[in-house]
Amino acid sequence: MTDYSMQPDADGLFGRFGGRFVPETLMPLITDLQAEYDAARKDTEFQRQLAYFQRDYVGRPSPLYYAERLTEHFGGAKIYLKREELNHTGAHKINNCIGQILLAKRMGKTRIIAETGAGMHGVATATVAARFGMPCVVYMGSADIERQQPNVFRMKLLGAEVIPVTTGTGTLKDAMNEALRDWVTHIDETFYIIGTVAGPHPYPAMVRDFQAVIGRETRAQILEKEGRLPDSLVACIGGGSNAMGLFHPFLADEAVRMVGVEAGGKGLETGLHAASLSGGVPGVLHGNRTYLLQDEDGQITDAHSISAGLDYPGIGPEHAWLHERGRVEYVSITDDEALEAFQCCCLQEGIIPALESAHALAEVAKRAPTLPSDHLMVVNLSGRGDKDMMSVAQHLGENFQ
Amino acid sequence: MNAAKESPMNDATRLDERFTALEAEKRPALVTYVTAGDPDFETSLEILKGLPAAGADVIELGMPFSDPMADGPTIQKAALRALQGGQDMTRTLEMVHAFRRQESQTPLVLMGYYNPIHHYGVARFLKDAAHAGVDGLIVVDLPPEHDDELCLPAREHGIAFIRLATPTTDSKRLPLVLEKASGFLYCVSVNGITGGSAPALQDVERMVGQLREHSHLPIAVGFGIRTAAQAAAIGRFSDAVVVGSALVEGIESAETRRGAVEAVHGLVRELAAGVRRTGNA
Repeated sequence: MTDYSMQPDADGLFGRFGGRFVPETLMPLITDLQAEYDAARKDTEFQRQLAYFQRDYVGRPSPLYYAERLTEHFGGAKIYLKREELNHTGAHKINNCIGQILLAKRMGKTRIIAETGAGMHGVATATVAARFGMPCVVYMGSADIERQQPNVFRMKLLGAEVIPVTTGTGTLKDAMNEALRDWVTHIDETFYIIGTVAGPHPYPAMVRDFQAVIGRETRAQILEKEGRLPDSLVACIGGGSNAMGLFHPFLADEAVRMVGVEAGGKGLETGLHAASLSGGVPGVLHGNRTYLLQDEDGQITDAHSISAGLDYPGIGPEHAWLHERGRVEYVSITDDEALEAFQCCCLQEGIIPALESAHALAEVAKRAPTLPSDHLMVVNLSGRGDKDMMSVAQHLGENFQ
Repeated sequence: MNAAKESPMNDATRLDERFTALEAEKRPALVTYVTAGDPDFETSLEILKGLPAAGADVIELGMPFSDPMADGPTIQKAALRALQGGQDMTRTLEMVHAFRRQESQTPLVLMGYYNPIHHYGVARFLKDAAHAGVDGLIVVDLPPEHDDELCLPAREHGIAFIRLATPTTDSKRLPLVLEKASGFLYCVSVNGITGGSAPALQDVERMVGQLREHSHLPIAVGFGIRTAAQAAAIGRFSDAVVVGSALVEGIESAETRRGAVEAVHGLVRELAAGVRRTGNA
């Protein structure tokens, strides 16, 4: 039996996925980071600090909420929402940012950089940078800046410099390229807070570990409420950090089914989507081997999703591995299905979900009605939807004055 | 010699032969970079074919990639121009093949990122590259930790795998970087991306000196070198100087295809004169 807790191996490989595909300039930093992270994991003082900030600053634990009305509405599985949207800054992203900035401080770094898509990771990074008094530069695609204005302003209020990235398609992958270029140029003082379970080793494992607080809490909470483990877990996937955080503490529990929901955009058949596992093939980008959207020449192609946070042509390498092992089932949800689930959640539960999380809810809408009422389903409500007001209004034909 | 019977192993020695010959001339090599297919296939091929006559001693030909994370704006845009013009791996190898039909002496090294090779298939790529007359590879995102991906298979095809040493490559790491290096060493003069600021001469000289203590391979210095004067200065203590972004800018700013060809060859002639001012002759 696979020991899921022992992944990745010493070279950062999950089977054939992951690795350290970076320029030589970055290699010494990455090995330093690995050593520092290994030491921090075993350091009780580091763990104590992390727990302190998670509790008093982020507001953890986040509730596991029985979504009674959604359960009735779908008429099947008993649905629980893991309320990550109640965290400080409104998404799961800060779980990881707190961990990484404590590591940055421990390593004596004085400058923080990050990439962001929807802006939630940018906001969370700007937030912790402000809290720890470090200058912060956030790279954001120009197309994303356009559709996520409120988050751009939030980052500025928090003292971060937001640099628009116009290369490529001006989305998350281009922002990540630009952040890597910054890092290579400002090696000595800079810590790169990657926002998802991707990038060169140790990032996929490190970000997963910081996000695994979601799954650990869920496990304790469901045991307390129901006296048993859930039957299934559902989470949306761009790079895959909220899903990995929820799934990881349950991987060894074979009876727990897991479903990762990629962004199907306008439909897989149109080619306009962000579903790397369903529509991509393995390749190497941003430091790791994983499934990537690419053309017949190995050029990375544009992802498309209504949700800026899922608009990435790759996926974390551990997901690629879990996909090939068949441990997690990966599906996709279209823009339209996500919008419908978004509205449903607003009306049924009085919770405005992020468009990203609405993809997970849309999968719930498909599955829950077919399942018995004693089926316990946990959905990661990874973020709140305030940032998406303009995009949703536009799609629903609403005009703001 | 019958070119058709040339084995891959003979091709691989083009780099060694070139560096040995220049050592006798007591001058450093001029290594020039352009992106294959920039601004279009025909013009790019014309640029490539004229490089040896203009004074390039070793040619680096970029394999365009959509996400060149170690490159600055100039080479990023070159890759986009090439891709928009329909360049792909097959055409890049075709270009090398066409170049080789007229030029058997000047070593040619393909430079780029791993994904297009990974997608083409490593075995197929190495077979086709060896057949086309490629002498070496510089793959930016394949550090020694991933030698089994391409570095070791390349050597089996007689293709050199050129390693980059950077200012962050400390004494702890250097043996690993040098262990499987072949062809020449590419000393990245500054931490950063291509087309950036010029390196401080003293720092580069110190880096080259350190590398020499640990390796007998020729040492090329690149990143931030734009002028004949810089090439001459750095060539005094290195075995080769690499110029890329400055040449690519000539293509970018040219108004016609002819202008692009002349801009590149003109600057290469200047740089070639520069590296000839460094020797004892």
